[in-house]
Order: sequence, then C-alpha cells, then structure tokens
Amino acid sequence: MSIWIAITATVAGCYVAKLVGLLVPSGALERPLVRRLAALLPVALLAALTAQQTFADGRALVLDARAAGLAAAAVALVLRAPFLLVVAAAVVVTAGVRAVGG
Amino acid sequence: MAEPTALPDIHAGAEDRADAAVVRDALGVGVAVGLSGFAFGVTSAGSGLTLLQTCALSLLVFTGASQFALVGALAAGGNPLTAAAGAFFLGVRNAFYGLRLSQLLALPRAVRPFAAQWVIDETAAVALAQPTRRGARIGFAVTGLTLYALWNLTTLLGALGAEAIGDTDAWGLDAAGPAVFLALFAPMLVSTTERAVAALAVLLGLGLLPVLPAGVPVLAAALAAPVVLFLEGRRRGIARDEAEEEAR
Repeated sequence: MSIWIAITATVAGCYVAKLVGLLVPSGALERPLVRRLAALLPVALLAALTAQQTFADGRALVLDARAAGLAAAAVALVLRAPFLLVVAAAVVVTAGVRAVGG
Repeated sequence: MAEPTALPDIHAGAEDRADAAVVRDALGVGVAVGLSGFAFGVTSAGSGLTLLQTCALSLLVFTGASQFALVGALAAGGNPLTAAAGAFFLGVRNAFYGLRLSQLLALPRAVRPFAAQWVIDETAAVALAQPTRRGARIGFAVTGLTLYALWNLTTLLGALGAEAIGDTDAWGLDAAGPAVFLALFAPMLVSTTERAVAALAVLLGLGLLPVLPAGVPVLAAALAAPVVLFLEGRRRGIARDEAEEEAR
C-alpha cells in the first residue's frame, strides 16, 4: 500500500512539474538565480544518488562489486561510449567481480 | 509554366530533407534511451515492486531519473513520501524544459496537458536543437512517441525478465541504477561550480546516511546546490567590492 502512495505522489508531482513549464507565462521562472538553481539541483541529487546506490547497504557504507562496476561505467563515459554501453559495462563488471569473488 | 512550379519543388525537397534529418535524430535518441527502460524494469522488479507498479511508473511518471530514484529509495526502506519527494525534486527540471519548449513549439492550450507528459530531458534536447519551429515540433513529437512506446515496452520486458532470472544482484543488475545516474549527471559537470555541487552532494549523501532516516540524506544533499550558489555569489560579491575599492 505504501508503495502505491509513493507512486501516486510521484506521478502527481512529476506531471505538475512538466505541465507548469508549458502553462506559466514565459519569464515567470526566468530569473537567473532560479534557472541556475534548477540546473544545479539535478547535479546534486544525481551525484548523491549515484554515491548512495554504489556505496550503501541499508544505512551502512560498504565497498563491494558495485564500486568496480561504477568505475567501469566512468571509464566508458570518458571513452564517450553510448548510454547503453555505459550501463552494460557497470552491470557486466559488477557481475564479473561478484562471480570471481564468490 | 515550368518555372513557377520549380521553386516550390526545390523548397519542398529541402524541407523534406530537413524533416528527414530531424526524424533520424529523434529516432536515434528515442531508440537508444527507450531501450534503457529495460534497466529500469529490472531495477524496479529487483527493488520489490510488482509488475503493475513498475509499469504504472513508466506509463504515468515517464521521467527516468525520478523513477530510478523512487524505486531506489523504496528499496532502501524509505518513507513513501520522502521517496516521492526525492523523485519530485528530480522532476522539477522538466518545468524549465517546458518553459523553453512552450515558446518554441507554440502549442494550442488544449494540446498542452497531453504534450506535458513528454516534456523530458531527451525531447527537450532534440527539440531545442532544431533551428525551425517545424523541426522542433517534429523532433519533439517523434522523440516523445518513440521513447514513450519503447520505454514502456522495455520496462515491461525488464520486469518480466527480472522475475524470470530471480536474483538480479547476482547478474550485477543492481549496478544499472547508479550507472544510469552517473551517465546522466557526468555531462552536466561543465564547470567548477557543477563539480563543487556534485562533490558536496556526495559527501552529504554518504555522510548523513548512517544518521538520518532512509531517503532523507538525498534530500539533504540537494542543499549542495543552493549552498554552492550562495558561496559563489558571496565570493563574486567580495571580488566586486575589492575591485570597487581599488577603483576608488
């Protein structure tokens, strides 16, 4: 049940965010500081999420196969690999390290 | 008689070629990103969401980063509303795409509630890159349609696949979520400001993890953005004051 609550809230919130941009008169959100903040917010959230989903196990910090997978994804990104290949690199290396490490 | 018709023909030919180029770009983006719905389906099912819940997210939320964030937060045992708040903050950027797209596409008011669902990173990127309104409209529509169809189809296949293969962690599929996030934000690190925000957010997100309830550290990490902006503004202010001082 609580999952459906989270889904409903996310659906409503994300749809309103999309619609607001199309409906409000241009210029309303165009203040430089607001635009700057809107551009930086995803950077902060995505960086924190990447770190947590790589190094967290519940509420403890761990270093496991996912770190190797993420490093592989980073290398793929530096080599300008396409999006799918970046994700595939992370998955394959993580699985490989787990298989080797038992 | 031949001459007056020749000009429009050449024009039509050039327009067709331009249209074809937009469609090709839009399909490329739509297919590449649409396929990654597979990773979402697997991750969501691996996080314990049912097939219906997973598909509902792709059909109704339809903004990848928010979807990954939500299932990640739920898997970590976060409060449903805290989890939704993190997903919502990630979705806020779409409002700013909408602002720019509404001027560019000039959609009739009645169409906007429907077009809104397609206002995401990829459609904005393709549409905003077009030099003409016609190109932008074609780019938006083709990217939106391709991506929506494929993202939902691959979500379904991913969720079914995850159920079939059982332990998704053994296949390294728990690394798909963070890799998607990394691929999304790495191109945003264009200047020192973005790098400082990312570094501070990582420190806050990991540092607060053991002490705050699940889901809250990510929201706290979002504070990295205003903090860095404030510090940057203050540094600029000081530099300006010093310059004025010297001028005097």
